[in-house]
Amino acid sequence: MPGKSKVMERKPLTWAEKTYLPQVIGGLGVTFKNLMRKKVTMEYPEVKPPIPDRYRGQPALVKDPDGREKCVSCQLCEFVCPPKAITIQPGSIPDESDDIHVEKAPEEFEIDMLRCIYCGLCEEVCPEEAIFLQDIYSLNGLSREELKFKKAKLYEVGGIREDSHFKWKKKKEAEQKGNAAH
Amino acid sequence: MDIFLFYFLSALTVFSAVMVTLSRNTVNGAMYMVLSLIGTAGLFAMLGAYFLAALQVLVYAGAVMVLFIFIIMLVDVDAEEKVKIGTGSLIAALIATITMSVGVFMLFYNPEWNQPLSVIVESSSIEAFGGSAKKYGALLYSKNILPIQVVGMLLLIAMVGVILISKNLFTSSTPEEVSEQGEPTES
Amino acid sequence: MNLIELLITAACGLGAAIAIMSMAGLSVLAERKVCGALQGRLGPNRTTIPLLGDIPILGRMITRIGIFQLVADAAKFVFKEETIPGHVKKFYYHLAPIVVLIPALVPISVLPFGSLDGEPMILANVDIGMLVILAVSSLGVYGTVLAGWAANSKYPFLGGVRASAQMISYELAMGLAILPVFLWINQPGSDAALSLSSVVSFQETHWFVYLQPFTALLFLICLFAETNRAPFDMAESETDLVGGFHTEYGAFKFGMFFIGEYAHIVFGSALFVTLFLGGFNFLPMFASPWPAGVVGAVLSTLWFVVKVSGLIFFFIWIRWTLPRFRYDQVMTLGWKVLLPLSIVNLLVVMFILMAITPVNA
Repeated sequence: MPGKSKVMERKPLTWAEKTYLPQVIGGLGVTFKNLMRKKVTMEYPEVKPPIPDRYRGQPALVKDPDGREKCVSCQLCEFVCPPKAITIQPGSIPDESDDIHVEKAPEEFEIDMLRCIYCGLCEEVCPEEAIFLQDIYSLNGLSREELKFKKAKLYEVGGIREDSHFKWKKKKEAEQKGNAAH
Repeated sequence: MDIFLFYFLSALTVFSAVMVTLSRNTVNGAMYMVLSLIGTAGLFAMLGAYFLAALQVLVYAGAVMVLFIFIIMLVDVDAEEKVKIGTGSLIAALIATITMSVGVFMLFYNPEWNQPLSVIVESSSIEAFGGSAKKYGALLYSKNILPIQVVGMLLLIAMVGVILISKNLFTSSTPEEVSEQGEPTES
Repeated sequence: MNLIELLITAACGLGAAIAIMSMAGLSVLAERKVCGALQGRLGPNRTTIPLLGDIPILGRMITRIGIFQLVADAAKFVFKEETIPGHVKKFYYHLAPIVVLIPALVPISVLPFGSLDGEPMILANVDIGMLVILAVSSLGVYGTVLAGWAANSKYPFLGGVRASAQMISYELAMGLAILPVFLWINQPGSDAALSLSSVVSFQETHWFVYLQPFTALLFLICLFAETNRAPFDMAESETDLVGGFHTEYGAFKFGMFFIGEYAHIVFGSALFVTLFLGGFNFLPMFASPWPAGVVGAVLSTLWFVVKVSGLIFFFIWIRWTLPRFRYDQVMTLGWKVLLPLSIVNLLVVMFILMAITPVNA
């Protein structure tokens, strides 16, 4: 608050203060109180820190409740990824599949976890809601190759996401009813 | 054992004393002097003058030489240039050396001292003035009270003189000016 | 002196050196644990050695206390690659750590650490014990100065210069601060001189810490300065001098500086306990309950170690409480405050002694 500051006059030290000894003893008292306090150290591997809901941890691919892989390999995430950690090889869905109308699915989906900066842009940009940042924060490996997560690993981590969009399912049903122009 | 220790300490003392004058590096010279002083302290201790030995180490090796080294380091660390010795100083050095040698020789040729070491040690009561703190103190403050006072006064005068010189009271410049100009050149 | 006597003496000296080194090691650990505790942390508690750490309850306890951390630190110091910067002055660079360590280990030989059948246990019971301690520990400053100078770079040099100036300044006040103690024990008729064992035997009934509290305070402050300990750790103040005089040292040589520093603290604590806290005597006003024989010797030594540990804790406690002095404040405190105060203190004690001693003596 400008204009409201008050200039405090510096009082001359009293005789006891000039020796500094009462202050030193007071300081020792403060530190001793801290010595007696409960320790605040969290012993990490045994005690895990609480993870907030919107934590941005390891990104992973998810499937919908029907078990269909949601990613359609539009490559938006690959494009938006600031450190270029994502590499996608698009592929087509085989003809005999139920989801042939989706047309595309990633043949290979790779996230280089050594490059990922956990910014969450991939999650934000994904039109299919197929990639999500998990609450996993402890990633390690013995080689660089090991930390390039492949599609299988990413689905394993992501699992099935319980949402009720069923976007492609509804589209297929509408098509079958003759609403193809939708 | 004792005789070995004696020769070892004497050799140490004399060798490092010579090296003080011979070494070009000033810090080396100072360190040799420390060594020489410690050797002397060892010799004192061998004579039974433990108090003197401890004082020697405490005052000379522990305080005075630290100050020496402190100042050598502050002033100029690597001044190892060769100094040309002029004829005048050579002659002066020669005269000083000869006088000194003759003096030392005369001192030790004193017939009273010209006998085995053990006899001298027994007779000259080193025990009395260096063996224990109490005897040392008693001797210092009874028989030698006048020299002590004189030396004390001398040190006081030296100290006051140093303060006078460093405060620059004889020149007109104020301390502020000195700190601006750096070292005043005229003295 | 025959060979066997010589060997026994050497073994005793080695034992004392090992004792003070292990105490120094333990106080490094204590420093880390206490510092952690004061800051609400746990301190080292993870390091473990496979077989020893697996002993059911004991192994876990030792791991939690952090004893193995000590072993790990020591091993690190020994096995680390030793890099010697190209610009150092080689000879003094190698000499300095040795010169630091030796004066820290030697003076324990004149310190009484326990009592056997009423006689003080001491390696060398000399009547100038205090003077020997002052003399030998005054040589310790060479290590710091030489390290600073040999490193041949500016921060170590500044550290070395600061250390030497500080140690010379506080040596004076320290010497004057211990004189009243020896004045007191050298009352007419006593033959105590400067021996530490007579200081301890004098304190059987009354301790000097309350007979001369002001002397004790002055001595304690000087002790902090002489051991280069916070709040007087100007020589290595890491905020403005990186690491001070040992900046250019690494691996084992740094370890020697480190152990030397803590050996100084251990020895300083032991000296304060001896001079002011009654040494191995039990408690003031109580007769020491040490039984005769070896049991009494061990008990009194242990009691001495307990007192020393308490003081080491105090050293650490002070370090994590007070901020570091500025250099000019250190010098002002040393020359303008402590030195005059210790002279006044000496005079006051002299007059008190004159008043309480019988005149006819």
